[in-house]
Amino acid sequence: MSEPVLKVENLVKYFPVRSGLLHKIVAHVKAVDKVSFDVQKGEIFGLIGESGSGKSTVAKTIVQIYNPTSGMIYFKGQNLSKLTKQTIGRFRREVQMVFQDPKSSLNPRRSVMSILEDPLIIHGIGKSRVERKRIIHTLLGQVEMPSRYMYKYPSALSGGERQRIAIARALAVNPSFLVLDEPTSALDVSVQAKLINLFLRLKKELALSYLFITHNLSLVRTIAARAGVMYLGKIYELGTMEMLFSHPVHPYTKTLIAATPVVSKEEERVKPREMSKEGEIPSPVNPPSGCAFHPRCSIAESRCSQELPSPVKVGPGHLVWCHRAEELAVRAEELVVLE
Amino acid sequence: MSTRASHHQVTTGLNETRWMIIKDRLGRGWYKFRRNPISLVGGVMVLLCVFLAIFAPYVTPYPKHAGAFTDFQNAFQAPSKSHWLGTDALGCDVFTRIIFGSRISLMLTAVVLGISVPVGVFLGLISGYMGGKTETVIMRVTDVFLSLPALVMALAICAAFTPSIDKAMLAVASIWWTWHCRLVNGITRSIKTEEFVQASKVLGASPLRIIFKDILPNCASPVIVKITLDAGFVILVGAGLSFLGLGAQPPAEDLGTMISFGAKYLPERWWMTVFPSLAIFFIILGFNLLGDGLRDVLAVEEGV
Repeated sequence: MSEPVLKVENLVKYFPVRSGLLHKIVAHVKAVDKVSFDVQKGEIFGLIGESGSGKSTVAKTIVQIYNPTSGMIYFKGQNLSKLTKQTIGRFRREVQMVFQDPKSSLNPRRSVMSILEDPLIIHGIGKSRVERKRIIHTLLGQVEMPSRYMYKYPSALSGGERQRIAIARALAVNPSFLVLDEPTSALDVSVQAKLINLFLRLKKELALSYLFITHNLSLVRTIAARAGVMYLGKIYELGTMEMLFSHPVHPYTKTLIAATPVVSKEEERVKPREMSKEGEIPSPVNPPSGCAFHPRCSIAESRCSQELPSPVKVGPGHLVWCHRAEELAVRAEELVVLE
Repeated sequence: MSTRASHHQVTTGLNETRWMIIKDRLGRGWYKFRRNPISLVGGVMVLLCVFLAIFAPYVTPYPKHAGAFTDFQNAFQAPSKSHWLGTDALGCDVFTRIIFGSRISLMLTAVVLGISVPVGVFLGLISGYMGGKTETVIMRVTDVFLSLPALVMALAICAAFTPSIDKAMLAVASIWWTWHCRLVNGITRSIKTEEFVQASKVLGASPLRIIFKDILPNCASPVIVKITLDAGFVILVGAGLSFLGLGAQPPAEDLGTMISFGAKYLPERWWMTVFPSLAIFFIILGFNLLGDGLRDVLAVEEGV
C-alpha cells in the first residue's frame, strides 16, 4: 500500500467540563478516545456512528478547528501538530470541510459572492475582482448552480442550494482532500441523492479524497470503499465496505446493520439477526468501563465490563475491537458458508 | 474574441441581477416599514426635526433671536400671531430659539453616538471574540461604568471642569460606549460558536477578518436599532445637564437651558417652559418610534 493521504494515530480529544465559581475542571467529555485510521489517495473513507459518538469531533480536529488532546494526525506525511504559520496556509489549501447544516455554516449576512470570494482573497487566488468573479462563476458551475445566484443571500436559497454553495466554498482553494461531516443529513431525500452524485462526480473530476462522516449506513455502503464504526469516541470495527456489510463481527456493527431498512428478500436474509438494542448511547463524560458497548451488548461477558478490548484482525484489513471477536468471526464465516 | 465578448455579456448580466436583488431587498424593507404607520410617523418626526435644524436660519421668523439678543420691550409676551410661542425674559422669540435649540440637541446626539458607538462596538467585538483575560478586563470595566447612573457620571465629569457643551458631549460619550460594548459582546459570544465562523477558520481567515467580515455584519441590526433608541436618551441626558447648568451655557439657545430659565416664571409665563419641553418630547418620541419600526424591518431582512 502506498503512503496514505491522511493518517490518524491514537487521536484523543477531551473537552473539559467546568463548574463552580472558579470554573474548575470537574470532568472531561471524552469525545474522541484513541482513534486511528487512514485514508488512501482517491478513496472515500466512511466514519459511521450514532449521534454523540464523536464523529464530528474527529472531523473538526482533523481540519484544526480543535487541537487534539493527544495523538497524531499526518496529512501527506506531514505532522499537523508541527504546522507553523507559514505551513498552515498550505494545509488549508489542501484540506477543506463541508459542514452538516448549510443553514448554520453560511453567514446569513453575506451574499453568495462575498462568501465565495473570502477563500480567494485569503489565499490570494485571483488578483482582481473581475478575475475572482470569473473563478466564482466557474465554481458555481462545478456545483451545478447558475451564476445569477452570486448576489443572493443564503436565506433566499433552499437547503440543497445552500449546501452546494458550501461545497463551492470548500472547492474554492482547490483542495485535494475534503472532510464531509454528514453533508446530506440535513436535507430532503431527493436532494441527498443529487448531492451524492455531485460528490462522486467532483471526486472523479478533481481527483479528491473524502472522509465521509455519516450515520446513514445505506449511503456509506454505496459510496465508500472502507469505513470505521465509531461508538462513544472509539472505533470498534474497521474494514472494507464488503467486509462490514457481509461479515460484520462486532455486535454494535450488527446492531446498526440490523436497524437499516432493506428492500429485497436477499438482503433481509443476510441481515444479522442478533441485535442488542436496549438503551441510548451512554454519556461520554462517564463512559462504561471496559468495552463501552457492554451495557447494550447481548453477548457481553464479565470481562467485557473490566478490560478494554484490543484489536483483533479477522480478515485482510478488517479489525475488530471485541473480546469475543474470534468466535464471532468464525460464526460470521459459517453464515457465509450457509448462503 | 468571441469568448471575451460572451464573458463581457455574462458580467453585465450579473450586474443587472445584482441591482435587481438590491432593489428587491430595499423594496421589501420599505414595504415593511411603510406598513407600520407608527414607525412612519416616527421617521417623519425625525426627518422634520433634522430638516428644521439644518435650515433653522431660513424657517424661523426671527433668526436674530438665537444666541445673544435682547429686546426688553418685547419680553414676556404670551403666544400671539407675531410670536407663535411667545417670548422669553430677554424678549427672544421662543419658537425661533426652540428650532435653533434642536440643533444643539441633535449635534450632541450625533457627536456622542459618533464617538461612543464605534468605541463600544469595537471593544465588544474584541472582548467577545478573544475571551479569557482580555474579555474579563474589558467587561469588568464596562460593568463599573454601567453600575453608575449615566446622568450622575456625566454630572461628576462636567462639574470637575468648567461647564460647556463640549465637556457635556465628552462626558456623555465616555459613559455611553458601555451599553454598546455589552450588547455587542453578547452577540459576538453567541456568533463566534456558529459553524460559519468555524468554516472561516478552516478557510484560514485571520481573527480580524472573522471579526469584521463574519461577526460585525451580524451585530449591525441590533446596534442600528439601539442607536435610534439611544438618540432620544442622549438628548434627554444632554437637556438634563443643561437644565442643571452643566451643559450648554447661556446665551446658547439650548432646550434644557431654556426650560431651566423659564422655570423661574412658572406658572404665569408657562410658554417659556412648556414649549421647549414639548420640543424635547417630540424629538425623543420621533426617535423611539423610528427605532421600533427599524427593529421590525431589520428583523424581516434577517429572513429565515
